[in-house]
Amino acid sequence: MMEWEVVIGLEIHAQLATKTKIFSGAATQYGAEPNTQACAVDLGLPGVLPVLNKEAVRMAAKFGLAIGATVAERSVFARKNYFYPDLPKGYQISQFELPVVACGHLDIELEDGSTKRIGVTRAHLEEDAGKSLHEDFHGATGIDLNRAGTPLLEIVSEPDLRSAKEAVAYMKKIHSLVRYLEICDGNMQEGSFRCDANVSVMPKGSDTFGTRAEIKNLNSFRFVERAIEFEIERQIDLIEEGGKVVQETRLYDADKGETRSMRAKEEANDYRYFPDPDLLPLEIEPSFIEAVRATLPELPDAKKARFMEQYGLSAYDAGVLTASREMGDFYESLVEQAGGEAKQCANWMMGDLAASLNKENLEITESPVSAAMLAGMIKRILDNTISGKIAKDVFAAMWAGEGDADAVIEAKGLKQITDTGAIETLIDEILAANPEQVAAYRGGKDKLFGFFVGQAMKASKGKANPAQLNELLKAKLDG
Amino acid sequence: MALDRSDVAKIAHLARLAIDEEAVPTYAQNLSNILELVEQMNQIDTSGVTPMAHPLHMAQRLREDVVSEVNQREHFQAHAPSTEAGLFLVPKVIE
Repeated sequence: MMEWEVVIGLEIHAQLATKTKIFSGAATQYGAEPNTQACAVDLGLPGVLPVLNKEAVRMAAKFGLAIGATVAERSVFARKNYFYPDLPKGYQISQFELPVVACGHLDIELEDGSTKRIGVTRAHLEEDAGKSLHEDFHGATGIDLNRAGTPLLEIVSEPDLRSAKEAVAYMKKIHSLVRYLEICDGNMQEGSFRCDANVSVMPKGSDTFGTRAEIKNLNSFRFVERAIEFEIERQIDLIEEGGKVVQETRLYDADKGETRSMRAKEEANDYRYFPDPDLLPLEIEPSFIEAVRATLPELPDAKKARFMEQYGLSAYDAGVLTASREMGDFYESLVEQAGGEAKQCANWMMGDLAASLNKENLEITESPVSAAMLAGMIKRILDNTISGKIAKDVFAAMWAGEGDADAVIEAKGLKQITDTGAIETLIDEILAANPEQVAAYRGGKDKLFGFFVGQAMKASKGKANPAQLNELLKAKLDG
Repeated sequence: MALDRSDVAKIAHLARLAIDEEAVPTYAQNLSNILELVEQMNQIDTSGVTPMAHPLHMAQRLREDVVSEVNQREHFQAHAPSTEAGLFLVPKVIE
């Protein structure tokens, strides 16, 4: 049986988080009533001219700098010609031969913990199209042009990805990066971040790529993985049965979990790109680039390395806690307010907090338990007011809106029993009530120690200080 | 490079232009003449010349990211042949 090598390249479309369109002063806010944010320029009415949005240029440059790319001093806008009702002008303004960003790269982490460098061929500015609503309007299609003209950064990778998992890791990395840079909200449900995948297979060791198929409009990480997995298998089966892969555009059907042919892309030059005469070349001064560079935040890789160094976290923990800028900010605020205890803070964030956020599908910024509240609770563990086990109940109460840790501990009477005399009384009662077990223990059944701890803890309603309880119990049983 | 009838038909289709059958030979000739001129220009050594993207030697001016347009949907849709629920209606598009 032949061994195959998979070759994948991704084209990611990130909607830039500008207030207005790329070539007009119409708003870009999501969810507005149909066609209320589509001005004369967006509608392609005669006599209008596009004027480029400075903020879109700034965001593209920011992305370029963050991936170690060249930000072009001169780039050119071109018309990509095709007819579709949600593209009113009959062409999309994009960039072709001279994109604003070229030759960048970023490193992804593979499952075995090693890293792999993925090339980013280019990133160019272009306008988004409108939306076609195919629900039945008496046999017609409805067109909403609010999205027409929204700025997109199309990020094109080299064909460096060798599996669906690598493709997802790369896409997640870009997703995290554009959010760190605050150039895209990354909202995949709303279509702010989506991708096309070019997939081909070739015999292992070959240096000639196979014919590729392009899977369009994948809008979740899961779909990207499944669609690519399916496509790889389809192509291998096809070739092994003596068939040939044709170059075409395919759509992923999430319900059926398969890709199907959309249209043959026989001739790429059907788009007939040419420089847009309505737009002069974009020239970016070195001073502009330097000003953008000064606004770059600490990037994910650097933050992760710092977290490992500064807080002594494992690569995994540091990776989770720097997955978004907001996660990192929450963690650092938590550690600072908890007075150190980096590992304990990481455990609470990645444990109870993450689980609760997941369960209610909330972002870290929407957490009902703030960093200050969580820090307040961790302090009470550290000063022995509550045990780690009771803290779980305190956390749940804080999450449910019952106040901060001190208020919950007070209201529920959860304060740990640390009074030696009180714990001794508890133990005496347990021992007196279970004379047979005491005799068995003293006769050599060491395992019964856990039984006494359990009984005493239960009697204290979980509030006895575990370390003290253990120590006193041992002294009494052995004494 | 000379264009034949099918080239003309394809170009017209891509541009969504309806053309008269009897005009096709004239279009083929005219378009072929343009390509011939381009071929002549191709003889010239242009190494070291920056490709021209625009006849004006100026750079693109940039606009501040400030909303300047208000909702004029009713005004714009007054020109549309068919609308419903704020949408422009077009003949059914099937992918």
